[in-house]
Amino acid sequence: MPENLFNRRSFLTIGGASVATVGSGLLVPARAKGLDPTPTMRGGANNYRPGAPVVSRIGGGGFWMTGTVRRAGDGAPLGGQRIQIWAHTTEGHERDKRSHGATLTDASGEFRLEMPQIVPAFGQAHGHLAYDSGDFETVFLRPVMRSSKDTSLRVHFVLKPA
Amino acid sequence: MSLTGKIVFWSALCAVLMGTFYEAATSSLLAWRQPVYIVAGFAGIAAMVFLLCQPLLIKGYVPDLPNAQARKIHRWFGGGLVVAIVLHVAGLWVTSPPDVVDALLFRSPTPFSVWGVLAMWAVFAAACVAVLRRRIGPRLWRVLHMILVTIVVGGSVVHAMRIEGSMGMTSKVILCGLVLGALIKTLVDFRGWRVMPRRRP
Repeated sequence: MPENLFNRRSFLTIGGASVATVGSGLLVPARAKGLDPTPTMRGGANNYRPGAPVVSRIGGGGFWMTGTVRRAGDGAPLGGQRIQIWAHTTEGHERDKRSHGATLTDASGEFRLEMPQIVPAFGQAHGHLAYDSGDFETVFLRPVMRSSKDTSLRVHFVLKPA
Repeated sequence: MSLTGKIVFWSALCAVLMGTFYEAATSSLLAWRQPVYIVAGFAGIAAMVFLLCQPLLIKGYVPDLPNAQARKIHRWFGGGLVVAIVLHVAGLWVTSPPDVVDALLFRSPTPFSVWGVLAMWAVFAAACVAVLRRRIGPRLWRVLHMILVTIVVGGSVVHAMRIEGSMGMTSKVILCGLVLGALIKTLVDFRGWRVMPRRRP
């Protein structure tokens, strides 16, 4: 029986094997197969006003917020889900009531809402979207536009049943 | 300094300042911003201008300005810098409180706000060190002030460059380049790193 259970060689072997295991992802817990739910983004809920009305268009329009809503796991499209949208636009600040609106997804889980052009605020041209209806876990998103000149933004929700 | 030198210095400084404020004042974003948000933006620009003036004053680069006078103005501009930053943050707070709270708590989604908040605390610390310099002692206070203003300039330049907002891109690159250049020159010339007095052989 050796006096020391750990010598330099065994230490390096075990250490190297541990690093390799963690690095290769073998220690990641078994995941529900399929699509992971979309996590809430930092700052996503800033200037949120609960209960924005479903509208055919926010203000004068000119900018398209589009996207999809699917269920976590199997990725099934979710129809009839209410998505709330707000942003700093050419017609008002994020905090203004008139900058907020909501829309429902169609049977294929797609949503489209026309709104005024988003302009950079607090250093970035960005929008805010929320799912907050209760059937699934609440998600707040804060996507950033690739360019402030863009006239549309596409955003995807994967929701986890509450 | 020769007459040509003086003319070059003042015309360059005036051109930078006027260009910076002109580009910001003609930004199309202003049409969609409330007055308090606009004031906050311009306070930030003023702070960046102070950052350019401070090393020029303390290093004695301003023509025909005696050192004692330049030091006095450096102190006033330091106070002005603190006021400009307070206005900047307060104006942003009024415009969108949750965004500023996120920034101050270092949990903002925007990558530039952490640099701005870092620079803000470094400015306040540099000002405190300056106010307390007689208690701190001349060697230590100079080193502390130098380290803190290095953080201020580095943080402010990264903060400004990554933002799409108050400043125009051309004038921002020029102003930030000059601020950085002035800092580097000051760092290279700085001889006060030795905090403890040299031991006699």
